Amino acid sequence: MTATHHETGNKTGEQPDPDALLSEIASNTIEEKRGRLKVFFGMCAGVGKTYAMLQEAQMLKKEGMDVVVGHAETHGRPETEALLAGLDRIPSRKTRYRGLRIDEFDIDAALARRPRLLLVDELAHTNAPGSRHVKRYQDVEELLDQGIHVYTTLNVQHLESRSATVREITGVAVRETVPDSVLEKAQDIELVDISPSELLKRFEEGKVYAPEGTRQALKNFFRKGNITALREMALRVTAQRVNQNLRDYMRSKKIDGAWKSGERLMVAVSASPFSVQLIGWTLRMADTMNASWIAATVETGKRVSVQQSARLTANLRLAQELGAEIVTLRADDPVAGLMDLASQRNITQIVVGKPAENRFLSWIRGGSLVDRLIRYSGNIDIYVVRGDVIPETTPPPRRLPRLTLGGQYAAAFGVIAVAAAVLFAAVPFFNYLSVAMFLLFAVTVLSLWLGRGAVLFAAAMSALLWNFLFIPPRYTFHIARFEDALVFCLYFIIAIVTGTLTSRIRINKEAVRSRESRAAALYSMSRALASAETVDAIVRIAVGQIGRIFDAEVAVFVSRKSKSVLHPASGLRPEEKEEAVVRWVAENRKPAGRFTDSLPLSEIHYRPLTTRRGGYGVLCVRFRKLPFLTLDQETLLENFTSQIAAALERETFSEYRHQAEMNAVSEKLYQTLLNSISHEFRTPLAVIGGAAGSLLDGSLKTTQSIHRALIQEVMDASVRLNGLVENLLSMSRLESGKVSPRPEWCDIADCFSALQRRFQADSAQHPITFDLAPDMPLVWIDPGLLEQSIAHLIQNAVQHTPLRTQVDVRADMSDSDLVIRVRDDGPGLPPDSIPLLFEKFYRVPGTASGGTGLGLSITRGFVECLKGSVSAANLTGGGALFTIRLPVDTRAATLEGSHEQSD
Amino acid sequence: MNNPIKILIIDDEVQIRRFLRIALEAQDFCLLESATAEDGLVQAAMHRPDLIILDLGLPDGDGLDILRKLREWSETPVIVLSVRSAEEDKIGLLDAGADDYLTKPFSAGELIARIRVALRHSAPHGKEGVFRNGPLEVDLSTRTVRISGQPVKLTATEYDLLRMFVRNAGKVLTHHQILKEIWGSTSADEMQYLRVYVSQLRRKIETDPANPSLILTETGVGYRLQLLTTDGTE
Repeated sequence: MTATHHETGNKTGEQPDPDALLSEIASNTIEEKRGRLKVFFGMCAGVGKTYAMLQEAQMLKKEGMDVVVGHAETHGRPETEALLAGLDRIPSRKTRYRGLRIDEFDIDAALARRPRLLLVDELAHTNAPGSRHVKRYQDVEELLDQGIHVYTTLNVQHLESRSATVREITGVAVRETVPDSVLEKAQDIELVDISPSELLKRFEEGKVYAPEGTRQALKNFFRKGNITALREMALRVTAQRVNQNLRDYMRSKKIDGAWKSGERLMVAVSASPFSVQLIGWTLRMADTMNASWIAATVETGKRVSVQQSARLTANLRLAQELGAEIVTLRADDPVAGLMDLASQRNITQIVVGKPAENRFLSWIRGGSLVDRLIRYSGNIDIYVVRGDVIPETTPPPRRLPRLTLGGQYAAAFGVIAVAAAVLFAAVPFFNYLSVAMFLLFAVTVLSLWLGRGAVLFAAAMSALLWNFLFIPPRYTFHIARFEDALVFCLYFIIAIVTGTLTSRIRINKEAVRSRESRAAALYSMSRALASAETVDAIVRIAVGQIGRIFDAEVAVFVSRKSKSVLHPASGLRPEEKEEAVVRWVAENRKPAGRFTDSLPLSEIHYRPLTTRRGGYGVLCVRFRKLPFLTLDQETLLENFTSQIAAALERETFSEYRHQAEMNAVSEKLYQTLLNSISHEFRTPLAVIGGAAGSLLDGSLKTTQSIHRALIQEVMDASVRLNGLVENLLSMSRLESGKVSPRPEWCDIADCFSALQRRFQADSAQHPITFDLAPDMPLVWIDPGLLEQSIAHLIQNAVQHTPLRTQVDVRADMSDSDLVIRVRDDGPGLPPDSIPLLFEKFYRVPGTASGGTGLGLSITRGFVECLKGSVSAANLTGGGALFTIRLPVDTRAATLEGSHEQSD
Repeated sequence: MNNPIKILIIDDEVQIRRFLRIALEAQDFCLLESATAEDGLVQAAMHRPDLIILDLGLPDGDGLDILRKLREWSETPVIVLSVRSAEEDKIGLLDAGADDYLTKPFSAGELIARIRVALRHSAPHGKEGVFRNGPLEVDLSTRTVRISGQPVKLTATEYDLLRMFVRNAGKVLTHHQILKEIWGSTSADEMQYLRVYVSQLRRKIETDPANPSLILTETGVGYRLQLLTTDGTE
């Protein structure tokens, strides 16, 4: 009884069309990441969809698949309940809404459990308010996006494009609908079908679920005629899917001519609720013809109420959801606008609604919209679809515009009446022809504020009043003289023409102004963003501009290593709960929150900051006043969003580039380091190797003294190697910023005595004297860093001066600075080299090898760590002088009150 | 020697163990080897060595941890070998109970001298007799101090300080250890007293206070009373 068909799997063969190939690749790669969706599809409740789904789940479970029940409506049927046995279930989420306990599917638990296959019954279900998504099919979409396979169930009447027809057939309005695209994206559809008579039997036996108290109402629904029609529809939807799959297959196999309609449809969409039916109708047509379609709307410059605008936006969004391209035109004449668009886009068929137009107005305009469309259509087919008024939604939207319209008429009436009264009082002073001029003036003034209808009304009223009150014979509508009759006619025409023209100019101007301000906002934003050089600046601009234009509080979350971090420049501080939404938006790259279908109860509107290459953060906007987002505003916000995203992307890339440059610099540094070091290491290593080799070689006749000399060489070389390692370690500690001084109270004498011990071996060749100023206080400094800084200076002097050159080290206090001077009697420094001495790897040209060129730069590094400075100079009497200057705290080196009695 | 001194080496580097075996067996020490921290602790418990040489960079444990574990049940002297020359590491080790430390590279002579010092300290304290080191002579029972036979007058604190050095002669004492023992407190302010007392003490007992030979500074770590032969050389 079940008919299954599967989409063909992988397709092979040559591909003629690169686009086709691309879309193929795209759909394949998406399929790999996305979970697969299987829909158990039926004509109505009671056909056994849930049962069929659970049956298959049990089968897969036996085969060893990880199947979990996310949500299943068994409606207490024992045979269905029995099928749940042995399957893992995700506990439902309990919520309360208006005192009702509601068990909802828990999407977070499902995502946390991550089964291979999840069963989620009732795809069309509307979630309880406060859930993450409005509709369950959105939950399912998210599950699929996360790579979880989903089985679900759906009745044909819940399909968006079929719901209107179902209502026509059964008289039952369907509120819970699912966009057709969801079904289109399903890989498998399994039609669950039983014969209508069997279904009716099951209903009679009470095997079909019905909520309390609705059984009687359902009786009207479960009639053979209804069920047959629904069954036909369900079969047709499935058959269409077969067709679609066949076409896909033929396309992939290069079989031509299977579809090739070349047809393009266009549907004219207005704020009318009837447009929904038109859109559904067009979708079905486009589907059967396999044609693309456009939903067009024309802004004529007429005033529209807030409600109308909201509904138009909703209509267009619906069309977009159903796969249409959306075009908004601006034209005074809708017919001309639509025809222009049709010829531009090679439209072959236009769908319009049959309007209930005012005959008189149609006559003035030269026929109704439909009449004129047909007249100018040429070779385009026009479909005129009859609309029926949907009672629940129509009245409220009409009432409000009338109120404002009524206000306009009242204003027109009032102004003209007052003007007439004043002029009537002034009759003795004015000729009745001048009165006409005054009235005309009043009409023109009114046209600056009022709509066309009210202006026409004012013109007519003023003409009649003039005739009645002023044209002789007065107080009659009779006009005695032919000349007066002529003037009256002229007056009437002039009043109408001036009035309508003025009002039209004004409306156009307003439209132009609003579009200009939109363009200006965009321009100023993009200009500001273009000059923004840091992420901070970009965020500040975004927060400022969007906040000003939309009167809103704005926050920006910037993606950092797959985490979204609130930028401190944000004007809005979302709560922790909201940050979960931000994460969701960043991960799914879809808008959420207010004015969207995901979490619409939130006060904040969230948009992902994405470009084609990736996501860079999330924009959060809390509108202070905006009751809803018009398509215009949404487009503007979208534009802002993509500009901010592009700017963030640019900055991210430039940060990367900067990083890359830095890496290049350090690369070069390491190269120099390696070059310098490999040489420095090889020399002592060669000595050690050579000396040890000679000692081991028994054939060499070594005397005791040669023996000893060789060992001394090994010893010296290892000391040199150790010095190299020490230097490299010091340098790398400095480079990585890991040197942090640990100051303590130090006696410089201690420091000097340690240095003296350290250079004991050298003092034979280089006499080194240490000299301490008398009454040297204790200083607050890191003794290790100080000692090493001085040691490198002494080492430098010892290494680069001739033998027996005297080296003097002296410590003084100058103000609150500790001054260490290392002086030698050598040949002095080449003047050119002085500024470069403390650079890494710098070696004075022509100096003997030995040393890495790091010693002095280490001294500088350590001294700077101690917040001091080091400098080099030549002495006038010859020799070089290195000076370290360190700011230090001091304490007297003697203790007050410490004059204890000696034993 | 009937009862040779047992030394346990805990070091994962074969080369170092080999070098130490050659150098120390020449001094008639009996060597035990261990390449890991875990095995080292087991061997220390089984063989009860007289001294342990512990390398810090072991593959299976931080040296500081091993030292702490060992100190829970053993007073065996420990000399730490380390490539780390940062002062805070040395202080941490000494405070955790190490008797001495040597930074790689080191000479065998230096190591042997340190071993002897450490072993002497582990021997049970005899009666407090007369301590002689170079020109310094301290009689702990009469509290008299002589330099080259001449009596020297010390204040009470100076004497306490000197007595601590004498009792730990040859061993590094961290600032922390000295401050705790003499002043009972370890604040930075006390540190300057220590500096001052050390320099006063040096002025009284060193022949050249600017270039001390008895009380040596271990930069950033503490002080050590250098052991000298009677003629005043090391």
